[in-house]
Amino acid sequence: MTIQIRPSRRSDIISGFRRSKLGLTGIIILVFLVGISIYTVTSIPLTSFRQWNSPSYWVDYPASAAPAWTNVGLFGPTAAVHTILTPESGHEISDYTHRGIHIVSKAFSTNFEYDSYPSYFTIPYSVRYGEIPPVLEINVTRPDGLEFRIYYSSLPSNTVLENEAGTSKNHSQETSAQLGQQPTEEQSVYSSRVFSTDRDISNNLRQYTTLFNYSPDVTQPQVMIFSDTKENEILKGPYTFKLTYYFFDEKDIVEEARVILGGTVYGLLGTDAFRRDLAIGILWGTPVALFIGLTVAVGTSLIAMIYGLTAGYKGGRVDEVMMRINDFFISLPVFILLILISVRYGLNIFLIVVLLILFGWAGGARLTRSLSLQIKNLQYVEASKMMGESDMKIIFRHIIPQLLPLIFATIAYSVPGAILAEAGLSFLGLSDITIPTWGKILNEAYAASATTLGMWWWIIPPGLMIGLTGLSFALIGYTLENITNPRRAR
Amino acid sequence: MAGFYLVLIRRSINLVVVLFLVLVLTVSLLGETMDKILTDNIRQEVVGSLIDSKIKFQSAADQQAYVNQQIQLRIKNLGLDEPWYAPKRFSNTIFKVMILDLGRSYFTTSDNGSPEVIDIIAERIPRTLLLFGSATIITFVIGLYLGPYLAERHGKTIDKTNVFVSMLSNSLPTFYVGMIMIFVFAFMIPIFPERSLPTSSPSDPLYLVDLLYHMALPLITLVVLGVAVQSYFVRLFVVNILDEDFIKAKRAIGVPKKKILYSHALRNAAPPLLNSIIIGLASIFGGALLVEIVYYWPGMGLLLYDAITVNDAPLIIGIVFVSTLIYVVAVFLTDLAYSFFDPRIKAIS
Repeated sequence: MTIQIRPSRRSDIISGFRRSKLGLTGIIILVFLVGISIYTVTSIPLTSFRQWNSPSYWVDYPASAAPAWTNVGLFGPTAAVHTILTPESGHEISDYTHRGIHIVSKAFSTNFEYDSYPSYFTIPYSVRYGEIPPVLEINVTRPDGLEFRIYYSSLPSNTVLENEAGTSKNHSQETSAQLGQQPTEEQSVYSSRVFSTDRDISNNLRQYTTLFNYSPDVTQPQVMIFSDTKENEILKGPYTFKLTYYFFDEKDIVEEARVILGGTVYGLLGTDAFRRDLAIGILWGTPVALFIGLTVAVGTSLIAMIYGLTAGYKGGRVDEVMMRINDFFISLPVFILLILISVRYGLNIFLIVVLLILFGWAGGARLTRSLSLQIKNLQYVEASKMMGESDMKIIFRHIIPQLLPLIFATIAYSVPGAILAEAGLSFLGLSDITIPTWGKILNEAYAASATTLGMWWWIIPPGLMIGLTGLSFALIGYTLENITNPRRAR
Repeated sequence: MAGFYLVLIRRSINLVVVLFLVLVLTVSLLGETMDKILTDNIRQEVVGSLIDSKIKFQSAADQQAYVNQQIQLRIKNLGLDEPWYAPKRFSNTIFKVMILDLGRSYFTTSDNGSPEVIDIIAERIPRTLLLFGSATIITFVIGLYLGPYLAERHGKTIDKTNVFVSMLSNSLPTFYVGMIMIFVFAFMIPIFPERSLPTSSPSDPLYLVDLLYHMALPLITLVVLGVAVQSYFVRLFVVNILDEDFIKAKRAIGVPKKKILYSHALRNAAPPLLNSIIIGLASIFGGALLVEIVYYWPGMGLLLYDAITVNDAPLIIGIVFVSTLIYVVAVFLTDLAYSFFDPRIKAIS
C-alpha cells in the first residue's frame, strides 16, 4: 500500500477542515445529527421510546397517514389533518360549585380549514369519582354560532364499574399512580371514550335537523357537525368542543380529557400502518444510531491500533503469528455470522455492538501495522532507540502521535459500516425488538409492503437518515485522511 | 516465485482454518435447535404412523406408553440420545457438512421437489452468481473507464462530486435503495416488475428475455450504488501512480496522455485495486443478500431469509457453510491475484 505518513499538527487539521467543502459538509451534518439527538433526549417524552412497540400507546394516532405538509391543496382538495387536542393546545377550564354541584368544563378549540370532513372524532377521558356517578355533557360550538349538545349522559355507577371495567380501571390506576395521586378507597377511576359512532350522539343530533335546509345524515355526526346549514358542504372556521362534568362530590376530579379529530394526514413525517408517529421514531433513531456507530468505531479502532502496533513494533515471529490470526479475522463472513448468532440468541443493542467490535477490528489492524512498520524505520525513531529510550516511550512519544490522525480517520470511516450492519440485521428482523431504530422502521415498512401501497413517507426518511449519518462520518474521515496523508487521498 | 508459493501455502491454510471454525461455530449455535426439531419430527412421525396403522389400545395409558417406547427407539437409532456436543456426534455432523452431505431441509424443497439441502442450494447458487457476477463486472468495467478520467481531473468539481456520491452510496443501505427503486419504477412509473422472480418456465424459449427483464431492477440498483465507489478507488490509485517518476519520464518522452492514463497508470494500480476489492468484498456480500430479499430474487439471500423465518436448521447450516465457502474462496483468489501482481512479494524470495 502506498501510504505515507506526514507529521501533522492540530492547527493543520482545523485549517484543513476550513478549506475543504466536503469536510465542512460532514461537520455540518454531524452537528445537525447531534442537535437532533440532544433535542430528542431532552424534549421527547421517554415513554414514546419505551412504548414504541405497544399499540395501546399509539391508539389516538391515525393509521398510515401522510405527513401534514403534503396538504397544500395543489393537487385537489386538502385532506383533514388528524388533530389531537389536548388541554395544553387551546384549553379553557372553568371550575365552580353551584348549589352543591361541582361543575368542571374543559374546552378544546380548533380551526377547521380543510376541504374534507374529519373521518371520525373521538373523545377519550378519565374521571375519578365516588359513589354518585357524574354526568358528562358535550357541546360543540360551530363557526356560524350554533351550539349542538351532542352528548348528555351519566357515567356508570361505581358498583357496575367494579364488575365490568376491570381492565380499564387497572390501566387508569397505573396512570394515576404516576401522577402521584392514589385513588381513595371509595373512589375509583373510570376511563372511556365517546366515539362519533355513539348512538347517543345521533339521537341528540336529531333535534337539530330542522336547522338545516336539507336533511343531514345523523348517523354520520362527523359530517353533520362540520356541515353548513344552507348547503351540503363543509363549514370552515373555528370549532369548540366543550366537555362539562357535573360532579356530586367535591372530591371528584377529571384526570384526563382529549378530543381527537380523525384525518388522513398527520405531523411532520406521517404515521405508519401501526399508527405510530414516524417523526418520533426517526428522532429516537438518531441517538441510537450515533451510539452504535461511535461505540463500534472507537472500539474497533482502539483494538486495531493496539494490535497493529504490537505486531508491527515487535516484528519477527510475534508479528507473523499475529498477522495470521488477523488474516483469519479478515476472511470471516461477518454478516453471516451475525445473522447466525442473532438467530440463536436474539440480539440486543449491546450484543450487536460487542459482536461488531469483535469481528470488525482486523482491517484496521493490518493498516496500523504497515504504518507502524514505516514509522519504526524512520531515522529519528531509530536514533532515539539507539539512545536507549524504552519501547513504551518510543511507542507513546513517536509512533502513536503520528498514527493518531489516521486512527481518527479510520474511526470516522468505520462508523457507516457499523450503522449499515445494524440496519441490515434490523431489516432481517433480527435486531433489538424493544427500541426504535431506522433499520427496524424500514423492516416494518417492507413487511407491510409500504412500497406497493405508495407510503413513501414510511420508506424515504429512515434510509435517508442512515445515509446522512454514514455520509457525515465518511466525509470527516476523508478530510482527516486528506490532511494527514495528502498522497493517499486527494 | 518462492515468495508467491509461500503466500499460496499461507492463504490455503487460512482458508481451511476459516471454513473449519465457521463450521464449528455454526454447529455449536444450531445443534440444540436441530436436535429439538428432529425429536419433534420423530414424535409426529410416530403419532402419524399410529393413526394410519389403526392399532387398538386398551387404554390411553397403554397408547401413551407405546408411543413413548417407539419414540425412544427411534431416538436411539438416530443417536439422538447423546447430546449434540458429544464428541462422536459433533465430529460426525461437521464431517458430513464438509463433504457437502447437508441433510434434508425441514420445510423447503427445490423446484423439482427435492428436500435435500444440497439440491436446494445448488439450484440457488447460479442465480446469485448471475446477479452479483454481472453487477460486479459491469461496475468494475465502468469504474475502470471513469476512474482514470476522474484522476485526470482530480480536485475539480466533477471529482469532488464523485467523492461525495461515492461516500453517500457507501452509506446508503442497499435494501433501502432497492425499496426506493421499487417504489419509483414499479409503483409510480410501473415499467419494471415489483418482484424479480421470472414468471415464465425455464423451458420457455423467451425465458432468457424474461429473466433479464426481471433482473434489470436489482442489477441497476447494484450498479448505481457501486459505480461511484469503484471509480473512486480506481481514481485514488491512479492518481498515486501518476505521481511516480516513471510516468513523468513517459510524459517527457511524449507518450500520449490517454495511453499513460489507461495503460501504464491503470496497470500499475492493479495490486492496490485488488486489495481494495478484498476489503470491500465482505460488505458487498452482506448487502447482496439483503438486495435479494427486497426484490424476491430467488437466490441464496432470499433462501437464507426464508430459512431463518421458519427456523430450518439444516438449511441454515448448509447456506452458512456454502456461502462461507464461496466467500472465502473469492477472498483467497483475489488475494492470490494480488500477490501474483505485486512485485514486492516476488522480491521476498
